[in-house]
Amino acid sequence: MLIDWFTVIAQLVNFLLLVWLLKRFLYQPILSTIDAREKRIADEFADADAKRTQAEQQGELYRHKNQVFDQQRMEKMNKVSAESSAEKARLLAAVREEANALRTKLLQALQDEQRSLQVTLRDRAQQEIFEIARKTLKDLADAPLETSMVAVFIRRLRELTGPEKAHFQAGFKDIESPVIVRSAFDLSEQQRGLISEAITALINPSVKIQFETAPELISGIEMNANGQKVAWSIADYLTTLTQRVNQVMQSRDEQNTEQGSHDKHL
Amino acid sequence: MHLSPDQIVYWQMGFLKLNATIVFTWLVILLLVVMSVLVTRHLSTNLQRSRWQNLLEVVVITINKQIEEVGLSQPHKYLGFLGSLFLFIAVCALGTMIPGFEPPTGSLSTTAALALCVLVAVPLFGIQEQGLARYLSTYAKPTIIMLPFNIISEVSRTLALAVRLFGNMMSGAMILAILLTITPFLFPIVMTLLGLLTGIVQAYIFFILATVYIAAATRTQEFSARDIAQP
Repeated sequence: MLIDWFTVIAQLVNFLLLVWLLKRFLYQPILSTIDAREKRIADEFADADAKRTQAEQQGELYRHKNQVFDQQRMEKMNKVSAESSAEKARLLAAVREEANALRTKLLQALQDEQRSLQVTLRDRAQQEIFEIARKTLKDLADAPLETSMVAVFIRRLRELTGPEKAHFQAGFKDIESPVIVRSAFDLSEQQRGLISEAITALINPSVKIQFETAPELISGIEMNANGQKVAWSIADYLTTLTQRVNQVMQSRDEQNTEQGSHDKHL
Repeated sequence: MHLSPDQIVYWQMGFLKLNATIVFTWLVILLLVVMSVLVTRHLSTNLQRSRWQNLLEVVVITINKQIEEVGLSQPHKYLGFLGSLFLFIAVCALGTMIPGFEPPTGSLSTTAALALCVLVAVPLFGIQEQGLARYLSTYAKPTIIMLPFNIISEVSRTLALAVRLFGNMMSGAMILAILLTITPFLFPIVMTLLGLLTGIVQAYIFFILATVYIAAATRTQEFSARDIAQP
């Protein structure tokens, strides 16, 4: 008989025992371990997912912050740029204005200097011209000329009329000091006599007459007493001419100055 | 010369006896349990673990996956029974390499006991899954006429399980013994190798057939529902 029923029963029990033992010592621990490991791995994956999500959120946050920062920086840069442009324009305008003022000032200084130079040159030229004229006339002056001048002087005294004569007579009427007659050259006795005769005829016969020689008169003759003066000389003419020329130049200078200030205002 | 390790009796007292089948079964049980205890005493849930733990995990996961692939959606429930079947038969087959080892599966008593276990386990799992009435009704399908044939089929397949395993294991050991007497040197080694292969294959076949039977018993309702849905 191949089947031993006691052995069958024993093997049944043995096998059931084996099932129980393996379940207890093999399958449950191994399956628990595998489950625990899978759970752990799943947890780690979940944790990694959560961290990745968090990292993505943070990345997004920082990206957003970067964008905002860039935008703000751009705005500030634009603002600073605009401000610097405005400041530059303002400074340029101020510098330009200052430069204009300096240039105007310089121009005016140049004009003043030019004018001053012109005035100096003109005065100097004027002086030179009159000096040359004076020298020329002085060189030309001689006794015949002197004689002619004395004759003219006497004629002028005699030709005095009307209010001019009255005025003249009033001026020399009560003088006590002598009447001084000055001439560029020494007068001859004849000339002195003619002059004395004319003067006494004009003023009064008791008047004292004193003759002096004054070379600065160039060519001419003058009479003065007690602050009154009657003269006729080239120097006198020259002085009068100089005074007139000066008056003309002065009026022209004033006109130039007014025109210059008018131009500057424009 | 003996056909079954049942015939090697170490101790006997009336009906009770201690033969080689029982003793080597205990040895196999001891080996499996001691190894399991030694390995599972220091189980690691970390990514780094011992080689033995790896080996046991691979074995358990593979058995689990095979059960699932056959069609049992909750393999954990059947792992204890089916996995023990496979491991017991496989270790018995591997033990044939050791000189003097008598595989318990070479005894028709052992294979009959295993087949009886399957015979009992199949309706038990079926009833647990479907309920008693519904499970019993499957024997009368498609018609009541099929009832005796279904019962015969149930018994005959159990018998086939037992005899198939016994025949293969016994023949392997037997051929080895005969060849040792005829050609003592090279040929038995080749036959031992072949015996290892057939032993593992038989373990797989026994395990897979038991799984298929249990799957068929627990999924009858699903098949019926599908049959109704697809006329």
